[in-house]
Amino acid sequence: MAQGVMIIAEQREGDIRKISYELVSEGRRLADSLGQALTAVLLGSNIKDKAPQLGIYGADRVLVADDPRLGKYTTDAYVTVISELVKANDPAILLIGASAQGKDLSARLSARLGVGMAQDCTEFSIDDGNFIATRPIYAGKAYAKVSYSDSFPQMATARPNVMAMNEPDESRTAEIIDASFTLDDGVIKTKTVDVNKDESGKIDLTEADKIVSGGRGMKGPEGYGILEELANVIGATVGASRSAVDAGWRPHSDQVGQTGKVVSPNLYIACGISGAIQHLAGMATSKIIVAINKDPDAPIFQKADYGIVDDLFKVVPVLTEEIKKIM
Amino acid sequence: MNIIVCVKQVPDTETQIKIGQDGKSIVEDDIKWVMNPYDEFGVEEALKLKEKFGGEVTVIGLGPKRVTESIRMALAMGADKGILINDPALEGSDALGIAKALAGAIKEQEYDIIFTGQRGVDDDRGIVGAALADILDIPNISVVVKLDVSEDGKSVKASRPVEGQTDIIEASTPVLITAQKGLNEPRYASLPGIMKAKKKPLEEKTLSDLGLDASEVGKGASKLKVIELTPPPERVAGKIVEGETAEQKAGELAKLLREEAKVI
Repeated sequence: MAQGVMIIAEQREGDIRKISYELVSEGRRLADSLGQALTAVLLGSNIKDKAPQLGIYGADRVLVADDPRLGKYTTDAYVTVISELVKANDPAILLIGASAQGKDLSARLSARLGVGMAQDCTEFSIDDGNFIATRPIYAGKAYAKVSYSDSFPQMATARPNVMAMNEPDESRTAEIIDASFTLDDGVIKTKTVDVNKDESGKIDLTEADKIVSGGRGMKGPEGYGILEELANVIGATVGASRSAVDAGWRPHSDQVGQTGKVVSPNLYIACGISGAIQHLAGMATSKIIVAINKDPDAPIFQKADYGIVDDLFKVVPVLTEEIKKIM
Repeated sequence: MNIIVCVKQVPDTETQIKIGQDGKSIVEDDIKWVMNPYDEFGVEEALKLKEKFGGEVTVIGLGPKRVTESIRMALAMGADKGILINDPALEGSDALGIAKALAGAIKEQEYDIIFTGQRGVDDDRGIVGAALADILDIPNISVVVKLDVSEDGKSVKASRPVEGQTDIIEASTPVLITAQKGLNEPRYASLPGIMKAKKKPLEEKTLSDLGLDASEVGKGASKLKVIELTPPPERVAGKIVEGETAEQKAGELAKLLREEAKVI
């Protein structure tokens, strides 16, 4: 019978990504409520020395699939190897990160395994022994609580930045196991031929701890300078509303909302954003929301923890200076 | 070059979502149904490739009769023919059920590239595209913002942004691409386009037409069950930071973020 919780860790260039620790932490909580073991799976090339880190955050054992062809993520190689490991280990629950890689992997893997899969969840629980996943739908205009039929593993992806991370415990050690698998070159049908790094080095909106976002009230692309300065001081990523992106002021990758990125930072500062429903849907899970807008009737104020009704071009530069003083 | 575009019909993003009496579904009255915005990028890319390479663009939708409007819109933009998979047994399908039904219709077609949207803006799953590729045993490249097809049409090179970088991925055709905003600017249907679309072939198919058994799809086969839908956690309006001048307010806000909210 299927048993235990399995998480798929994510690494890039040999570094384990933060989402992996969030998954281990959440997986630990679920495994404890079931009284079962937590297995982490780590795929990569020369990656074995990183495996103990997953133990420190709560994994009982780490299955390591080490192969030069697994250094860089490809859908086909990862789906092939992971589906074999899942079948051999028969976990009851399988968690993956809802990162760019995890969303692609989980979608194809769920089809390969023929099991149910809940995407981009914000909460998991065990109710009377059953795994329950909660996921925002309509970009967060509603939340769906879902359960699974008796097919295993019961799969879900976890939204980055949402699951609480365990305190690392250096005294914990996981059993590290070399996983055996077969991978024929012929199954790998895509090839990553180039990687263009984002030179700005900014953290992606979906993973950012703080976001400073600008809308139509920025009046043009040059207006974003003051947001960049504020973002630099507090360590935030700059985002934008759909109208600002559609006007060509900011790139598509900056868009927050139902047809852009759904974000959940600790701090979201909305400047000159009125709060169209599709924008609110994309940022409502932020922990603290600040709105700066000239219009006191802007819907964004209904969602904001702190609001300033004033000219953002006067407020933001002073805010940046004041924060510099106290930080 | 033959291209297939899968389109979904979804509530317009300006729609307020109301939860129904059963607590498990949304109220569908007063919803303005539109083509999933990400699917529009797929339609546009398909049309651009057709203009370059020739061939045929087939649009496949799935759902009740109203989905015909979204297929007609794609035909008005310039697609050649449409297929609507319409069968009451599909009601309540999960992503795998949908992918199986689409695969059933696609197996009867010739294709080099399949487009789907990177996700539906309704249930935000983002599963059907990759699942469909797996069933058809072809590669998929997800969330693509730029697509180059080789002169001979035999391979593609796609840009896929992931956190902090863009991966450039190559694959041979046939391949499935899921479209992301930024891939192109979808054209508007012209009036002559709309007139022409009325005469373009649009076939309706049931599950048995596709050789599928109702037990493979639909509610019975769904491996996920919605227990309940709830409105998002309520956010109450917080405090408006007061002050004589913008500068005073900014200073006060900095203090609140530091001392009260403890986020900076």
